[in-house]
Amino acid sequence: MTRLVTHPIARFLARRLLYSAVVLIGVLVVVFALVHLVPGDPVRIALGTRYTPQAYDALRTASGLDKPIVEQFFSYIGSALTGDLGVSFRNGDPVTVILLERLPATISLAVAGIFLALLIAVPAGIWAALHEGRISDAIIRVASQFGVSIPDFWMGILLIALFASTLGWLPTSGYQPLLDNPAGWLRHIVLPALTVGLVAAAIMTRYVRSAVLEVASMGYVRTARSKGLTPRVVTFRHTVRNALIPVLTITGIQLATILGGVIVVEVVFAWPGLGRLVYNAVAARDYPVIQGAVLLIAVLFLLINLIVDLLYAVIDPRIRLS
Amino acid sequence: MTTAADTGTRVSSWRLLLGNPVTVVSAAILLTIVVVAVTANWIAPYGVNDVDVPNALQPPTGTHWFGTDELGRDVLSRVLVATQASLRVAVISVAIAVVIGVTIGVVSGYRGGLLDTMLMRVVDVMFAFPVLLLALAVVAVLGPGMTTTILAIGIVYTPIFARVSRASTLSVRVEPYVSVSRTIGTAHAYILGRHILPNIAGPLVVQTSLSLAFAILAEAALSFLGLGIQPPQPSLGRMIFDSQGFVTMAWWMAVFPGAAIFVAVLAFNLVGDGLRDVLDPKQRTMIEARRKQ
Repeated sequence: MTRLVTHPIARFLARRLLYSAVVLIGVLVVVFALVHLVPGDPVRIALGTRYTPQAYDALRTASGLDKPIVEQFFSYIGSALTGDLGVSFRNGDPVTVILLERLPATISLAVAGIFLALLIAVPAGIWAALHEGRISDAIIRVASQFGVSIPDFWMGILLIALFASTLGWLPTSGYQPLLDNPAGWLRHIVLPALTVGLVAAAIMTRYVRSAVLEVASMGYVRTARSKGLTPRVVTFRHTVRNALIPVLTITGIQLATILGGVIVVEVVFAWPGLGRLVYNAVAARDYPVIQGAVLLIAVLFLLINLIVDLLYAVIDPRIRLS
Repeated sequence: MTTAADTGTRVSSWRLLLGNPVTVVSAAILLTIVVVAVTANWIAPYGVNDVDVPNALQPPTGTHWFGTDELGRDVLSRVLVATQASLRVAVISVAIAVVIGVTIGVVSGYRGGLLDTMLMRVVDVMFAFPVLLLALAVVAVLGPGMTTTILAIGIVYTPIFARVSRASTLSVRVEPYVSVSRTIGTAHAYILGRHILPNIAGPLVVQTSLSLAFAILAEAALSFLGLGIQPPQPSLGRMIFDSQGFVTMAWWMAVFPGAAIFVAVLAFNLVGDGLRDVLDPKQRTMIEARRKQ
């Protein structure tokens, strides 16, 4: 038992979990505060033209907003931790059910996007670093700078205009579940995943390039070279393998960023994920759904960062010892 | 007091900055964009809401350089005025983030202790939210509009400046000139203003330039979703949203507003990268070493 607690990875895990728990409590406080910061009465605003005194009272009671604020706070935290995120102002459905319905679409888009990004960024970044200062390096650097600066929704619209409207190769929008129709899923996901993936690839290429350059300047790479290993062995066994460790971090960060940033891309491609849900909920002033979606995305964001940190500590002992 | 060594460093910083052609060209483009944006109301050839239905969806011509939209409004005039609004939102929101973020970061890094721990946990919580999602949540609460957009973007970028300035303050705080100054009883406010702030300015300038680029993108995204700048005032994001139904028959409606965002963001990013090369000591040593080779 004592050995387990003193194990560096166990200690690192405990510290990191405690930190995540503290941040999670902060996130819950912010999400709870959202609906209470609305100027005016959120229930009255949400009902809009559907307002009647009876509907108002019913919704206020159902959402628990008629209780004292301290009681509301503890009840919200308690319910959220057990997976109960209240009911939608719009149709009375449980928020958790609505979120879980939308989650697979967003996750499939994020995973497809990050897969495409890795497929582009890893070879491009390695190539650029190994050809530092040459024309191909300059081209890759310019392309990645362009990719970082393009608004994703604009690129999505241009891709639709070219590949869907003009050439007719792919559908303009929509979604098919992977398990129901794999071919349809693939046809529908190509353009949104490309939109998400190209922007992520642009950011990741820069990281891969600088990670490879940094490792290439290390003493052990020089030693490997000076002891007569072939350039291919030095590059792939010593340089690239070690450079991919920081790439793991940026992949995790990018995956989390995509999950939080797909809102606009989902709107462009009518993709029925969490992002489009938030967009519709903001338009309908459906505060419990906004709160639930923001909470879920923030928790996913925290979880991915936690997993990346732990993987990083397992792979690179220097991290957990520091 | 400025020493000769300080002056020398500053002069060589400028020389390094001006020696990078990419930075010089992007700074020139940026300056042009700023001048065009500031003078947009005078140089726009038409009114932004001048409807001319008989001339709707006209391709770019000598009379309408960027063509016309579905209501016959001049796309060039709308792009010019919308760029002005976009820059205004970006500059004010990043200024808010700089003022609040740097204050939090410097105080946190300089004082340390419980205050530092508490402030940094608040910053950690803010970092747990993806940027656009947090901005959207703020707009959802306060309602759409330019002021809310400025506030939302300002809030989401505050933690970045807090972290950057705290990290720099921590490294400057232990420098001998700060320790000596504290030992001889110099007031904290004087130390912060005279010793800490000028020495952490480099990373902050770089971060400001890069944040301006992201702020333009964030404003465009919020306006695209109908939550940013509201009609009748034109916004680049909303112009792109409106172009969706016409993209195959009127490509100019989508291409020009998007290109305006792209060029402005690219210019800020490139200038930020150029500044980082010069102001970030690690990068700078690499550049100088390469020049000597």
